[in-house]
Amino acid sequence: MKSAVLVFPGINRERDMARAFREVTGVEPIMVWHTETELPDVDVVAVPGGFSYGDYLRCGAIAARSPIIPALKAHAAKGGYVLGVCNGFQILTETGLLPGALMRNASLRFVCREVRLRVDNANTAFTSAYTAGQVIRCPIAHGEGNYFADAETLKRLEGDGRVVFRYCDEAGEITDAANPNGAIDGIAGIVDETGRVLGMMPHPENLIEALQGGIDGRGIFESLGRAA
Amino acid sequence: MIPNDIQITPDIIRAHGLKPDEYQRILDLIGREPTWTELGIFSAMWNEHCSYKSSKKWLKTLPTKGPRVLIGPGENAGVVDIGDGQAVVFKMESHNHPSFIEPYQGATTGVGGILRDVFTMGARPIAAMNALRFGSPDHPKTRHLVSGVVAGVGGYGNSFGVPTVGGEVEFHPRYNGNCLVNAFAAGLLKSDEIFLSEAKGVGMPVVYLGSKTGRDGMGGATMASAEFDDDSHEKRPTVQVGDPFAEKLLLEASLELMASGAVIAIQDMGAAGLTCSAVEMGAKGNLGLELDLDKVPTREPGMTAYEMMLSESQERMLMVLHPHLEAKAEAIFRKWGLDFAVVGKTTDTLRFVVKHHGEVMADLPIKDLGDQAPEYDRPWIAPTPAPVLDASAVPAPADWRRTLLDLAGSPNQSSRRWVWEQYDHLIQGNTAQRPGGDAAVVRVERPNGGTPKGLAFTCDVTPRYVEADPFEGGKQAIAEAWRNLSAVGALPIAVTDNLNFGNPERPEIMGQFVHALKGVGEACVALDMPIVSGNVSLYNETNGEAILPTPTIGAVGLMDDVTKTVGIGFASDDDVILLIGDTTGWLGRSTYLWEILGREEGAPPPVDLAVEKTNGDFVRTAVIDGRVSAAHDLSQGGLLLGLAEMAMAGKKGARILLPETDVPLHAFLLGEDQGRYLLTASPEDASKLIVDAAMAGVPAVAIGAVGGETLTVGPHLTVSVDDLRQRHESWMPNWMSAA
Repeated sequence: MKSAVLVFPGINRERDMARAFREVTGVEPIMVWHTETELPDVDVVAVPGGFSYGDYLRCGAIAARSPIIPALKAHAAKGGYVLGVCNGFQILTETGLLPGALMRNASLRFVCREVRLRVDNANTAFTSAYTAGQVIRCPIAHGEGNYFADAETLKRLEGDGRVVFRYCDEAGEITDAANPNGAIDGIAGIVDETGRVLGMMPHPENLIEALQGGIDGRGIFESLGRAA
Repeated sequence: MIPNDIQITPDIIRAHGLKPDEYQRILDLIGREPTWTELGIFSAMWNEHCSYKSSKKWLKTLPTKGPRVLIGPGENAGVVDIGDGQAVVFKMESHNHPSFIEPYQGATTGVGGILRDVFTMGARPIAAMNALRFGSPDHPKTRHLVSGVVAGVGGYGNSFGVPTVGGEVEFHPRYNGNCLVNAFAAGLLKSDEIFLSEAKGVGMPVVYLGSKTGRDGMGGATMASAEFDDDSHEKRPTVQVGDPFAEKLLLEASLELMASGAVIAIQDMGAAGLTCSAVEMGAKGNLGLELDLDKVPTREPGMTAYEMMLSESQERMLMVLHPHLEAKAEAIFRKWGLDFAVVGKTTDTLRFVVKHHGEVMADLPIKDLGDQAPEYDRPWIAPTPAPVLDASAVPAPADWRRTLLDLAGSPNQSSRRWVWEQYDHLIQGNTAQRPGGDAAVVRVERPNGGTPKGLAFTCDVTPRYVEADPFEGGKQAIAEAWRNLSAVGALPIAVTDNLNFGNPERPEIMGQFVHALKGVGEACVALDMPIVSGNVSLYNETNGEAILPTPTIGAVGLMDDVTKTVGIGFASDDDVILLIGDTTGWLGRSTYLWEILGREEGAPPPVDLAVEKTNGDFVRTAVIDGRVSAAHDLSQGGLLLGLAEMAMAGKKGARILLPETDVPLHAFLLGEDQGRYLLTASPEDASKLIVDAAMAGVPAVAIGAVGGETLTVGPHLTVSVDDLRQRHESWMPNWMSAA
């Protein structure tokens, strides 16, 4: 499986993302600078986490207007996979590839901790290595992960099974206490209508080895490896 | 605009933080009255913060050398060899004064400054820590300071992309008027690719890189070299504004530039900005330096030479480049969207010349600006150590369960989760021990593969001890760092010190400084932990009241195999709990005495450095050999709180049966004798460890076993681990949300 990782100024988890692809799929991804206008021939394009342009405007808003973005959209349009994590998720909503928006955490504070996610749809190219309803551990690190979408969009997301991950407790229950940022209905990750574009706030790329405290994040990369 | 030839009056001299005799020294040195810009340059170079004029004499007595030390104090950061052609670069630096005035920006720029110190040497930052000290939780300003400083530390480090893996947060009323923000950063580089600030070659281009120069942080270093009074908030304009996004770009651009081979010398613009960086590069290289301020990128028009020379705008660098690679260098900086301007050249005149609009605004002897700074041998009075407090003078708890819950939920011993969850401690994917344990551990990949190494980081000091006996307290700060590193299985290799004290012009404060340094130095020698970098912050006083003497120690340890590390949490049922080290029941200055009984009395526990070495080596070896399942050093709160912390971290209880002893129960459980650890091991390994300990002359005794959902100590105490956790975790969030 061939992959590329987009790099915008201020992005800072591009190495973590590259490492996950390398460790799990055995192939080194190609790093692509934001001023490029073409993507290499790859199966997956990852938009990693960080603070593109310092998040000084709306998170992801400036990156979503970078020269590389038309190529990213073209990649998605022709059926390529796109994985946006954290700031990458924010960028994808700003490009319109995914619906909704990420607001400030309800606590108004940045939060870095390990949470639990329930895999609500194991039938995507990103989640086939998991089972439906499986509870996985995953770290989060963000100040603006409070997912929101209007009622109609939510209805569509839920109806189509496009909510892939939800924050949950150890037993898999969706509770306020288990929700780290106030995201509506505990939504942590969604796919677009094709199921080929995933945006998620948590960082699976930071939980792929025993040294990191667990390997629950590997499933995303393993799934992509199988799909591509 | 103030003209450059303004008449210098005694008032102006005082406003620049210069004493009359220091001004006389300037007159003698240059043989004429300085210009306005020159006076600013002198005040920037000769203040306490930049010149170390009160502390230099004593800093020279510290041990700074060792077989691993590649670069000691004097550069931007210390560099220590960790094998495989790799080296760790680290330093700790204070941002106390600005953080008290404007907590968010004070903290961000403290973090930014220390990160810049590290990557200026060519290293990519891999870990950060922060030692924070605030006034009493009851003080009206404390919550605001905690909230702002923690948000600032996180706001900068998270965006920059360095994991903040450890630190300290403490409260004490003596910090009511001066909080402490001591920022630590460490980076990794190849040991043959270290970049220094010494300029080389005449006529070489001096290049300005990074953000533009503005009017922020004017005179910041001078502000930080004075005491506070009730009007200290008026000094807000001296605080700089941090931009982590610019710093991240500066990091990537600088490392790319260094790899291109274009860099001869590099110096970041920190305290005293352009002045200090330019003088340092020239003076170190025995060269003159000429700056043309018309070329300096500025944020606003109309800035004077004086303002440009004293601005402390952040995220700026000065470099001397190879002329034939200038274009290549510029292209790299343009790619990252940063300013790049040739602002001067090196000369053979040994003069520091500043030109603006074609006029010479300053022309000074460059060596004298740094080297001839006043150096004081301040009078000092040897502190009188507090008398020893006998355990019989300290009442035992009437209710043991309640006392332990109160301790675990006290302002100083409660969980710091509320703090470190605001710091991204997982970025870079190398964090092998997260915050909350004895020391953080970060993986270091070997260049040619193989089992990854580990670097362990901790920061420590117990200011209450230092106050009571600066010498023993200084020793204890190093000893505790040694223990924290040993407990995670790391060999302590070097130290950075951040010495926070009051007004050095008071002989009793100077006495604290001298004795604390003596203790720190002795311990560093005994434990083979050279000091490779550091920072001194004096004048931490408000209205004549000084902070507790606080020599914060940042220490680094090395692991040959990162996977061998163990945490503090009880791991497996039926593991035997071993107490390592001697317990005499030392209650003087203990946490129990202070947090529960509200008393600050007695001498602090003495530190036997030979015992520390033996016990630490034993514990580290046991961890590396895979014979223990958890390890924890005993410090504040003694044995009882140590057990509770292991239970809370592992979410497992334990049954404790105390050994027969002459020490009164409350002193045994709550005393803070040094050189002690708790280990857990399988019954089989535990028996062997006890034998090995006896052979090594290390006191080791089995005191119980892991298991169940309660912590039970003989007939005295039973408490559920859930109740402990609840109290431990709730103090800080409750306090922060109670407005």
